[in-house]
Amino acid sequence: MNKIKLEMNASPENVSMARVVVAAYIAPLDPSVEELMEIKTAVSEAVTNAIIHGYGENSVETVAMEISAEERVVTINITDRGVGIENIESAREPLFTTKPEMERSGLGFTVMEEFMTKVEIESHPGEGTTVTLVKELGER
Amino acid sequence: MKLQSETKISVSGRVLTAAPSGELDYHQAERIRTQIDSAFEKSSCRHILINMSNVSFMDSSGIGMIIGRYKKAETRGGRLVVSNMSDVTSRLFEISGLSKIVTRVDSAKTAMDMLGGTT
Repeated sequence: MNKIKLEMNASPENVSMARVVVAAYIAPLDPSVEELMEIKTAVSEAVTNAIIHGYGENSVETVAMEISAEERVVTINITDRGVGIENIESAREPLFTTKPEMERSGLGFTVMEEFMTKVEIESHPGEGTTVTLVKELGER
Repeated sequence: MKLQSETKISVSGRVLTAAPSGELDYHQAERIRTQIDSAFEKSSCRHILINMSNVSFMDSSGIGMIIGRYKKAETRGGRLVVSNMSDVTSRLFEISGLSKIVTRVDSAKTAMDMLGGTT
């Protein structure tokens, strides 16, 4: 199994970097255009959350993204060592946001759940958060 | 691939048209928001049209940006219309519930006809 790990500063411009890397990784699996966009969007949401909520935009910190694939099942782990999530159930609720002043829509987890096969959140307040995104690609 | 967004802004009658290009994510949404708001404040426009034809990617940061501009137009009794959305972007619209309050149309021309400006 080919696994890659990208560690990036928690900086807004790296959100697009994470999308480019995940797109390059899954390209050999020949995903549909729709699957590719779904995965890129979910990764974008998870990395954005880590930067804004995990670290409060402190770009000295880092976000790690690990990607692996078993046949046509792609697994992406996005980890920060930031503040953690106090209440995961609330965070998963559509339109829930702790940062309305930043025009955050509160849809990050809703989008991830809509676009991926499975989404898992492991978080410990004060220690950080890992979001696991799993996508089963259709047969080609 | 274009990573840096540019936004073309034009005014016709009471309609401010903003056509962002590139990727509408967290990094770019802030810049686009500032550009639109600054032009809107200086103008006497009531309505805002966001033309998405040159947007290659959008996530929920873009939804947040659109909701914010909807509120701006509302303060002047105007409407916000979005044109030329891709299929994936349309799904984000459905998930967010934005489709209930924001009008989506196929082309900028249709939007302008609706809002009473000219393309």
